[in-house]
Amino acid sequence: MSVFEYAPAPESRSIVDIAPSYGLFIDGEFVDGTGESFKTVNPATEEVLTEVSAGSEADVDRAVRAARRAFDKTWGPLRPADRGKYLFRIARLLQERAREFAVLESLDNGKPIRESRDVDVPLAAAHFFYYAGWADKLDHVGLGTKPRPLGVAGQVIPWNFPLLMLAWKVAPALAAGNTVVLKPAETTPLTALLFAEICRQADLPAGVVNIVTGAGDTGRAVVEHGDVDKVAFTGSTDVGRQIARAVAGTRKKLTLELGGKAANIVFDDAPIDQAVEGIVQGIFFNQGHVCCAGSRLLVQESIHDEVIAGLQRRIGTLRVGDPLDKNTDIGAINSAEQLARIRELSDIGEAEGAQRWQPACDLPDRGFWYPPTVFTDVSPAHRIARDEIFGPVLSVLTFRTPDEAVAKANNSTYGLSAGIWSEKGSRILRIADQLRAGVVWANTFNKFDPTSPFGGYKQSGYGREGGRHGLAAYLEGADQ
Amino acid sequence: MTHVLDPDALSDDARALSVPLPPYRDVTRSDSAFRAFLHGLPGVDQVGAEARVAQLGTRSIKTTSKAWAIDTAISMVDLTTLEGADTPGKVRSLAAKALRPDPTDPTCPRVAAVCVYGDLAGVAREALGNSGVHVAAVATAFPSGRASRAVKLADVRDAVQNGADEIDMVIDRGAFLAGRYLEVYEEIVAVKEACGDAHLKVILETGELVTLDNVRRASWIAMLAGGDFIKTSTGKVSPAATLPVALVMLEAVRDFRAATGRQVGFKPAGGIRTTKDAVKHLVLINETVGPDWLDPDWFRFGASSLLNDLLLQRQKLRTGHYSGPDYVSVD
Repeated sequence: MSVFEYAPAPESRSIVDIAPSYGLFIDGEFVDGTGESFKTVNPATEEVLTEVSAGSEADVDRAVRAARRAFDKTWGPLRPADRGKYLFRIARLLQERAREFAVLESLDNGKPIRESRDVDVPLAAAHFFYYAGWADKLDHVGLGTKPRPLGVAGQVIPWNFPLLMLAWKVAPALAAGNTVVLKPAETTPLTALLFAEICRQADLPAGVVNIVTGAGDTGRAVVEHGDVDKVAFTGSTDVGRQIARAVAGTRKKLTLELGGKAANIVFDDAPIDQAVEGIVQGIFFNQGHVCCAGSRLLVQESIHDEVIAGLQRRIGTLRVGDPLDKNTDIGAINSAEQLARIRELSDIGEAEGAQRWQPACDLPDRGFWYPPTVFTDVSPAHRIARDEIFGPVLSVLTFRTPDEAVAKANNSTYGLSAGIWSEKGSRILRIADQLRAGVVWANTFNKFDPTSPFGGYKQSGYGREGGRHGLAAYLEGADQ
Repeated sequence: MTHVLDPDALSDDARALSVPLPPYRDVTRSDSAFRAFLHGLPGVDQVGAEARVAQLGTRSIKTTSKAWAIDTAISMVDLTTLEGADTPGKVRSLAAKALRPDPTDPTCPRVAAVCVYGDLAGVAREALGNSGVHVAAVATAFPSGRASRAVKLADVRDAVQNGADEIDMVIDRGAFLAGRYLEVYEEIVAVKEACGDAHLKVILETGELVTLDNVRRASWIAMLAGGDFIKTSTGKVSPAATLPVALVMLEAVRDFRAATGRQVGFKPAGGIRTTKDAVKHLVLINETVGPDWLDPDWFRFGASSLLNDLLLQRQKLRTGHYSGPDYVSVD
């Protein structure tokens, strides 16, 4: 492409030591599961990385009983300051072993090492540091005096940010004094299992964190177990609905962080170059496998051509390929199943009359890949403007006035996030007020911080993670 | 040699000299029109610009790419000495280094130019002859630019007469910050005229303009006025060449070429001391404006100590081990 080609710069995978098979982490020990084992593959090569146990109902029951014992006997009665100490220790261990986690995450998930190294792992550690600080200050969170932990939390997390979502779930739960049974996603169990090792290294009392790998059935067993006090789920809206049904009528508290179809609104007074960068960051970060991805670009008609030209030029410089190469911008799609869904929805977009644009880019022969894609001439009635694609596919719509921008942005069954691009502060404040989205970014996108609450409106779920709000989800006598 | 304050040389009326390229012919027709145009350029979000260069700063340039980058960077250096204590001897020794940066390795490329004060341009020209290494001279009451138009133009003519084929001028930051954009423009037009065939690099002194919005506006003024290069800094003000500033100036030359068809070069100067810094700039060019600017005709580093670090890294790649400061020549 250029006179300046970047030579391959792969991060060494020798730092990770993947065992031929893994059991479940229950009551502080790795134990064999009684369900059937399944394979986890590297989505960039389809190479089988290892075999992992699928937790059966009996295994989940064992894990919940261990968590209950720990809650009653060790973690619950522990001095809050000592709980904080364990969490600080875990945070430090995550930092110490950051490279190992980053490489393992990229191997199992397909995301570029630049992101796992610079975003996922540092943010995961930051979450533990942040909630460690709260552990002995719960009376001052602003949730009333003496808020109490709920007990055992059953947590089910997705495959797009495996370690980070674990941190979002485990850190506030533990800081509030709960114990957890966590089920990582079927396609990305490895960093959760490495995290189990960190728990042992930190001498965390047995049973406080239990990790039960498996697919949907294992997740259902966690959610439906009678002795679970709290269910927290991040994933698809369909599964979220099933969970809400299963939990309805029980004493369990529930938080759901589901899908999204975020509007990224670019006004004609935007800083155009940074907006183009933000659009790219919004939809192509983590291959678009982001629930809050800016998948609907709403651009003011008067600057449409300029923005699209800039966007295409910028997308042409994205480097798609080996996730372990330090210069890779876009890695592999996480699974064949997800790739099929992205292809299907893209084909529907074309069939419905939108214009598909993709840069010239060579994709590897093996593994699951999809090039960065932009659809223009998208109407709000098209499925690619309504359905969550969860891939590197951007739908571009236009608007003429701020009111039209707001109306189109809010015209979604989701409401997780939104972005506003304008150099005019008064416009940003006015528009942000009218957007029905849990997170609104101004002149940036996909920025995360442990101190900031995150969560959705409508079918994007309920409850908040992060910040003080994130503690409310794990405390009794405290309204969310 | 004509006297530099020859009254005939001062009779030019800059206003009559030139108008910008289409489609911008009429933007300089009045102060208010020019102001409206410059303030109508898209704003720059500083946080976003910093985030972008930070991300590009993580590019890992190794082995063959690194070798290419080092040689390319060497060929783009404007080897500079701008001290009150400069002497003909110092300039001659710099010229010798420009021609053979690494005496132990004839495959090492030459630098692009030697950059000196105008009164020493003749010494540099004599030493460099027709080698192809350019002689750049700073002019227009460098570095402050605080002198009358007549003195600035005389300064330029003097340098050109002494043998400089590239002139590095400074803009009138006082006029810019006071909002007198047309005055800044007209002065550049006049200097360009005074340069004759010499290439004009326009120094914005971004450390004094401070905001990235100002950097973008000043870049456009310089390009519209006919500058062949836009340059960040004199090296006498801190901060000098920063990556966010480079990003905004590169976006400006990119957008200007897209609109007018004329390509303008870019020269960051000051504060670029290591190979790592230089490689970051090359990556920034590569991914912002593309390979058309990866050429000494369109990109220069204004630097002095950078060259030795490039040479040390080059030796390291060739021999597999680091040498030390005694293995490259002192300036």
